[in-house]
Amino acid sequence: MHDGVKAMKFWQSFLRSNYAIFFSSVLVLILAIGVSACVGVVMYTPAEVFQMPDILRYIRLPRVMAAVFAGAGFAGAGVIIQTLLGNYLAGPNIIGVNSGAGFMTLIAALVFPLVPQLQPLAAFVGALFSVMLIYLLSRQAGTSKMTILLSGVVLNCLLNAASEALCTFFPDAHMSYAAFRVGGLSTVQTSVLYPASILIAILFLIVQCRANTLELLSLGDETAFSLGVPVKKYRLLFLVCAAGMAGAAVSFAGLIGFLGLIVPHGARLVVGDEIKKLFPLSVLWGCLLLLVCDTVARTAFAPFELSVGIVISMIGAPIFIRMLLKRKVG
Amino acid sequence: MLELKNLSVGYDGRYVIRDVNLSFEPGMIYTIIGKNGSGKSTLLKSCSGLLKPKVGSVLLDGKALSQYPANQRAQKVSYLSQSTSTPNITVERLMAHARFPHLSYPKKLQREDINIIYRALGDMRAQCFVHDSLRELSGGERQRVYLAMQLAQDTDILLLDEPTTYLDIEYQLSLMKLLQKLKAQGKTVIMVLHDLEQALKYSDRIIVIDAGKEIHTGTPEEILNSGILKKVFHVDVRRSEYCFE
Repeated sequence: MHDGVKAMKFWQSFLRSNYAIFFSSVLVLILAIGVSACVGVVMYTPAEVFQMPDILRYIRLPRVMAAVFAGAGFAGAGVIIQTLLGNYLAGPNIIGVNSGAGFMTLIAALVFPLVPQLQPLAAFVGALFSVMLIYLLSRQAGTSKMTILLSGVVLNCLLNAASEALCTFFPDAHMSYAAFRVGGLSTVQTSVLYPASILIAILFLIVQCRANTLELLSLGDETAFSLGVPVKKYRLLFLVCAAGMAGAAVSFAGLIGFLGLIVPHGARLVVGDEIKKLFPLSVLWGCLLLLVCDTVARTAFAPFELSVGIVISMIGAPIFIRMLLKRKVG
Repeated sequence: MLELKNLSVGYDGRYVIRDVNLSFEPGMIYTIIGKNGSGKSTLLKSCSGLLKPKVGSVLLDGKALSQYPANQRAQKVSYLSQSTSTPNITVERLMAHARFPHLSYPKKLQREDINIIYRALGDMRAQCFVHDSLRELSGGERQRVYLAMQLAQDTDILLLDEPTTYLDIEYQLSLMKLLQKLKAQGKTVIMVLHDLEQALKYSDRIIVIDAGKEIHTGTPEEILNSGILKKVFHVDVRRSEYCFE
């Protein structure tokens, strides 16, 4: 009897704690990975899919892996950028990280049309370039968070305009860019996916290990400085991590921007701003959302495929609005 | 001991304070007063190392403040900003950050740190908020939590920019008493205050920045008798028989 009460208390506190959310999210993600691997143009039962190792290995798993890691990259970058800039409207797509990646991809497609393998690298370089430029601009103009955000927004406009201009002058480039801009996982190449995924995983670990420092930066530069954080050094480190995560994700998934903006908000409604919890939960939910959306995108109208960017907007926006309204009422 | 030597600080080629020489002794309360925009906060920020000197230097125990590694500096000097942010984290979590400079990676709190944190919360009568989110607190409550955070940082030199902002008179007075207790422990308190009465009553030295950015220092008595307050603030200062206790 005593043990029963103890066990009940344990479960009650477990369910109330954040562990329950993490645990159930991981469980749902594993389940979603399983389902996603089985469904597609041809549906398999779990037993059947294991009897076809080639399909699993070369078609279904890379696709699942791409969704999981791209989701992690965009959502992770979203948390970092929103925290650093102290602005919940910021995201890798707003401050020009994604458009930097897009612009460089276009350049690569124009200059080296026969070497498409270069495009992912170019995307990564472009994202890093954007972040560095924003960082240097803000250092010159004063390091306030608003300055960084504004210079990012301006840079975003500039890079998008430059991309559009290139498309106008060189119509040949337009095709590859159009697909890239909408974003999708239908043409993922494993030669790009594996290194990019490893990079996302490493950057995730780096940021998670330094979650305390990122949280200190969210208290404001002056408070963080007073508490002994080398503010400029760490802000640069986290910006580079964010660029790496977003750039790596863009390199194989294209410009799926919306995800990095909404997923951190959803996670924030549940665990607050404590980075140690917010960052991993956002990453988990990013994986989950992109995986679910991609699965829907490729099965809903099979054999035709929707762009995953469209599905994310269609599914994500109503969920997001509902969450906001629920919070207001609560 | 904190010393300012020929210090000039400013923004964009414009000097806000010019050629200041001051030294801050342990076991004293210093209050900086002056009109809006006179450079009080700028002076305080340069003491904290937040603003780099354009000319001259800020010395902490004889060594330039900028030469200290960030966490060593933060073990000795703490600074309470006038504008603090309010992320959606619990008070307990915020307070844990106060021990950041004293801990090495992975920044795990020891029993001693937890005792210091709870003592600081008790000093500011803020223990009751410990599980609340910063977002749920009122302006005054949040200010008390940030003050507790600075106490928990446990530094020899405390810099406070308008620490009484948002505080009810009751908490303003208990803060002043607490600062005197810290002074008795040999700590240096340097603050910016708007309330002249409190400044004159609780400080050992007053630093007045006048319209021409000149700096006058002295005991409250000396400042009161010098007539500088009338020149700077255009008000008559008389001793009052009313006082809050």
